[in-house]
Amino acid sequence: MATFTLPKNSTISKGKHYPAPHGAKKVRSFKIYRWNPDDGENPRTDTYDIDLDACGPMVLDALIKIKNEVDTTLTFRRSCREGICGSCSMNIDGLNTLACLKPIEDVKGEVRIHPLPHMPVVKDLVPDLSQIYAQLRSVEPWLKADTPPPPDGERLQSKEERAKLDGLWECILCFCCSTACPSYWWNGDRYLGPAVLLQAYRWIADSRDEATGERLDALEDPFKLYRCHTIMNCARTCPKGLNPGQAIGEIKKMLAERQV
Amino acid sequence: MSIMQDSREATMVGRRSDGTPVRRPLSPHLQVYDMLQMTSALSISHRITGVIWSVGAAVMVWWLVAAASGPEAFATVQWFLGSFIGILFLMGLTGAAWFHTLAGVRHLLWDAGWGYDIPTVYKTGRAVLVGTGVLTAATWLALLMSW
Repeated sequence: MATFTLPKNSTISKGKHYPAPHGAKKVRSFKIYRWNPDDGENPRTDTYDIDLDACGPMVLDALIKIKNEVDTTLTFRRSCREGICGSCSMNIDGLNTLACLKPIEDVKGEVRIHPLPHMPVVKDLVPDLSQIYAQLRSVEPWLKADTPPPPDGERLQSKEERAKLDGLWECILCFCCSTACPSYWWNGDRYLGPAVLLQAYRWIADSRDEATGERLDALEDPFKLYRCHTIMNCARTCPKGLNPGQAIGEIKKMLAERQV
Repeated sequence: MSIMQDSREATMVGRRSDGTPVRRPLSPHLQVYDMLQMTSALSISHRITGVIWSVGAAVMVWWLVAAASGPEAFATVQWFLGSFIGILFLMGLTGAAWFHTLAGVRHLLWDAGWGYDIPTVYKTGRAVLVGTGVLTAATWLALLMSW
């Protein structure tokens, strides 16, 4: 059920303020969501004033600077720092994106940073993704074929068949899109969400896969697929410029077409 | 008591460093997300105008039933719909109807597989907004001229 307000234990209070060092000229405030499972308190927003002259250009650079130099307790996921691992997905300035790809200069005023929306918080900016991983597992995102591959080589595709996978294989599973989707917020227990449905379509669209019918059968469900109302927040927020909304539209179209 | 439990409930419980269970907070959503971006703003408007249009249909039934009941009942409805509030209400209804119709066409185009890329989403979204304004004004201009 849709609950538009936050539960009592999730409301956010005002937190600590860490001022910039003396002599800092280009100061920017970072307002960051904090929650520590050990202190028994509600989440809070801490403010860190950072000298941008002594900081890298991306939001992730600022987070790493804060953790290294100001407050070592700040917790977030990060790995590749170049938009390929999908670890540092979070809500920055009201939209979900990767902290490593988001220039600080693109944000006007204070930089507000929250974990991916409508998710259980493990600590600070780290959400629990086990539900969404279980949903990904449910679409069996791997090649399924009864026909054995040719004994002397790979399963081949034409250039046109391969081109159908462009815009799908690039997904890095950061889940910015799913957690930007109001429908996923309200129905995420049963609706698979844009990221997982894009993965499902990636295998439906693959010419080498022989389980297209079964895959479509599994998705023909009022909740798993049809809670998508083409809101399009997914494509709007995708840091890789992909279009999960369109992938879902293609699945719906295939389901409609096989009825005739 | 609800029979269907939300499966996400299982992930709402975590552990403290000492191993004791703790109720995790839900991260903020509507509270922090940019809900004024055209994608979600037009989507929720489509739903709201759909509801308004249903209310409008009920008002039309009221009008027809009154017409069938007799001149006195009909006069009451006519008086209400002809009042300042009534006309304002009808204007709002016209706007909602045009918005819902145009946004509905946009949904049809999506269902046909067209217009998913974000620049087109924004272009068609602006077209729906401008179209709603123009067609609502045109409808009332035509009405007032033929009054």
